[in-house]
Amino acid sequence: MQYFVQQLINGLTLGSIYGLIAIGYTMVYGIIGMINFAHGDIFMIGAFAALIVFLILGALFYSLPVVLALLVMMIVAMLLTSMYNWTIEKVAYRPLRGSFRLAPLITAIGMSIALSNFVQVTQGPRNKPVPPMVSKVYNIEGISVSLKQIIIVLVTIVLLALFWYLVNKTSLGRAQRACEQDRKMAALLGIDVDRTISITFIMGAALAAVAGTLFLMYYGVVVFSDGFTPGVKAFTAAVLGGIGSLPGAVLGGLMIGFIESMWSAYFSIDYKDVAAFSILAIVLIFLPSGILGRPEVEKV
Amino acid sequence: MAVTASPERDIVATPMQRATREALYAGAIALGLFVLFIGLKTDQNISNELILVQRWGLLAIVVVLTMAGRFLYVAYGQPFLANQKIVDVATGLLPESMATRFFRLPYFLAAIITVAVLVFLAGSLDGLLGPGLAGYARFLRALAIIYALASVMFYFRTFIHAHFSALGITALALYPVIVVLVLALYGGSVAAGFQGSLKWVDNFGIQILIYVMLAWGLNIVVGLAGLLDLGYVAFYAVGAYAYALLGTQYGLSFWILLPAAGAMAAFWGVLLGFPVLRLRGDYLAIVTLAFGEIIRLVLINWREVTNGSAGISGIPKVTFFGLMTFNVSDPNYIAKVFDIATSSAYYKIFLYYLILGLCLLTAFVTIRLRRMPVGRAWEALREDEIACRSLGINTTTTKLTAFATGAMFGGFAGSFFAARQGFVSPESFIFLESAIILAIVVLGGMGSLVGIAVAAMVMIGGTEVLRELDFLKQVFGPDFTPELYRMLLFGMAMVIVMLWKPRGFVGSREPTAFLKESRAVSGSFTKEGHG
Repeated sequence: MQYFVQQLINGLTLGSIYGLIAIGYTMVYGIIGMINFAHGDIFMIGAFAALIVFLILGALFYSLPVVLALLVMMIVAMLLTSMYNWTIEKVAYRPLRGSFRLAPLITAIGMSIALSNFVQVTQGPRNKPVPPMVSKVYNIEGISVSLKQIIIVLVTIVLLALFWYLVNKTSLGRAQRACEQDRKMAALLGIDVDRTISITFIMGAALAAVAGTLFLMYYGVVVFSDGFTPGVKAFTAAVLGGIGSLPGAVLGGLMIGFIESMWSAYFSIDYKDVAAFSILAIVLIFLPSGILGRPEVEKV
Repeated sequence: MAVTASPERDIVATPMQRATREALYAGAIALGLFVLFIGLKTDQNISNELILVQRWGLLAIVVVLTMAGRFLYVAYGQPFLANQKIVDVATGLLPESMATRFFRLPYFLAAIITVAVLVFLAGSLDGLLGPGLAGYARFLRALAIIYALASVMFYFRTFIHAHFSALGITALALYPVIVVLVLALYGGSVAAGFQGSLKWVDNFGIQILIYVMLAWGLNIVVGLAGLLDLGYVAFYAVGAYAYALLGTQYGLSFWILLPAAGAMAAFWGVLLGFPVLRLRGDYLAIVTLAFGEIIRLVLINWREVTNGSAGISGIPKVTFFGLMTFNVSDPNYIAKVFDIATSSAYYKIFLYYLILGLCLLTAFVTIRLRRMPVGRAWEALREDEIACRSLGINTTTTKLTAFATGAMFGGFAGSFFAARQGFVSPESFIFLESAIILAIVVLGGMGSLVGIAVAAMVMIGGTEVLRELDFLKQVFGPDFTPELYRMLLFGMAMVIVMLWKPRGFVGSREPTAFLKESRAVSGSFTKEGHG
């Protein structure tokens, strides 16, 4: 039982990170109907930005409270990745908005390749390890919970609450939901569609940057190719939860996190990704539009 | 120069002012994007701790280049492009096109003379100019050759356009012969010709043709049937491992295993096809992606059979239909049979013709299938699935045959790849490969065989050329490796080509079959109120 609860906590931590990335995928998909393949690399850019800020802080100050350092890392990473995603949307996706469906997908894949190789060229191809930032571990009745995990789950909960408020209670969120339903009608009613889409990309990138910072803190290492696997898994999570649905993205992220940690705990660690992908395929066979997704209506 | 793209915004700003403003914006954005990533570099010191290296000079150069590029584009590029579309008032004609201005007889003659002089001086270039300048001279020579060839093609463009397939196939069939001949003349002996041809036939010829074949195979799934497949590389892997395992374990010949690998890949195509039949569009894309990853992860982790990440080596070479081999030690080694000098180039040239044959087979089958009921059903499925079902087409079998046929060609290409490399490992079957193949299909214009071949040549050939640019080391210092920038440039090229030609190089193929009489009338042919 203890072992099970331990794995549950590990899965929750992992799932939180996937959930934060998955929101970016699902929002962009909801509003312009494209798979933003570069999102995983945006997450990696966030982690790298956090790493560089961490090193700057380490060089400038001898000792800084960890919470403050993390906060600064997160904010700078959010600003930087937002700028990246904003630029990418403007350069690579906006000109193709009226084009056929595969065109923006190809530019997104191109951007993903370009971003990861850009980081490889500018920052070098090696792993970048950082000294542990938070190392405290609590022991509650034989279950060890590290402070890192608590921070990750808390930050995720706070951000999700904030995000839920933003989407459901503000005029910005209303504009987003309107664009999601019918972009042309929203434009007729005076909503600046381009601006709303830009903000959607910025919001997605900011959440990915937070995920990147947390990822760096949790694993203590980052490399230029780190965008792909978490990116694909987060996208899997978004599809699993029902793409276009925000609670679905979080739910899917948690599910993928649980599957991974349970599978590596009880079966084999080698096949944890195979398990996650297989379960995706199985779920989609029975629920073709995901767990919380709306079934597509076929219009003739 | 007075023409601007958006007049209402520029009542006060002249193009120069506008360009300056845009350049400042671009510079500010570039500074923001690059300040942490180019300005600072994370590096390990001797005690393996991460430290930051400062590179503000490089950052300044990048930002200034961005600003200059943006300035030139807004100040000169945009007005120039806008002018290209404006008819001259006096003559009533559009301005001369870029191409006719670019390809002129004097330029062509200058290029020919440059090539002639530089080839004549080839041996003594290093002595005359020193190794630094000689590198530039060789680059100039390459550019001049390309320009001369492009001009010839431009002047005969109508002829080339009319006989494109025949000319293309002839050129491809003659390519190794021409390479060997040119290099033999250049090097002074036949042996030198064969030796020098290795790089050209292998790196450019075979490499590009493998991608052409893969892209034509994927084209059946994506271009004809309209099913987005992001895991095509899985079938390539199945084919490669089928040949690698059966060839090394049981010693079976390539000619037996080629169809077997194709059949196995087709079987996997059906296996994947079954569960995903109900899925549409992007859901299908993600499941195929997941399938590709599953295959790769199984190849990595099933160590007893696949030898894990270390891969399988010592895969037998292809024989010349069992009559001759390409192993030096064998009694019927090709050089012994014909009594000629030993060279590894024969095998490469043989492989080149083999993959060319496989490519032509793929194209032939695609073209024939497109005229058969199943091919028409694919195209109908791509255009409208619901209409398809209402007309009684069995969408299940239609989709399955598309998956299986596409997968089969992937399997053929895979077993060829294993034979060519002599070594396979899961490294070769990552998602990036699927993405590259899909990009070639889309950039070529989905469904168009010629466009796809052109796209493969441009994208794969272009990245291979980067390996050859050694003279850049003299410009940027000996640490500079152009190969590092290969995939960065590839990604950017994908974006730029897509923005420039969203419909692909040739444009999508229209359905093969039409009811000619009742084709919808385009809106531009009808007047308002006359429907």
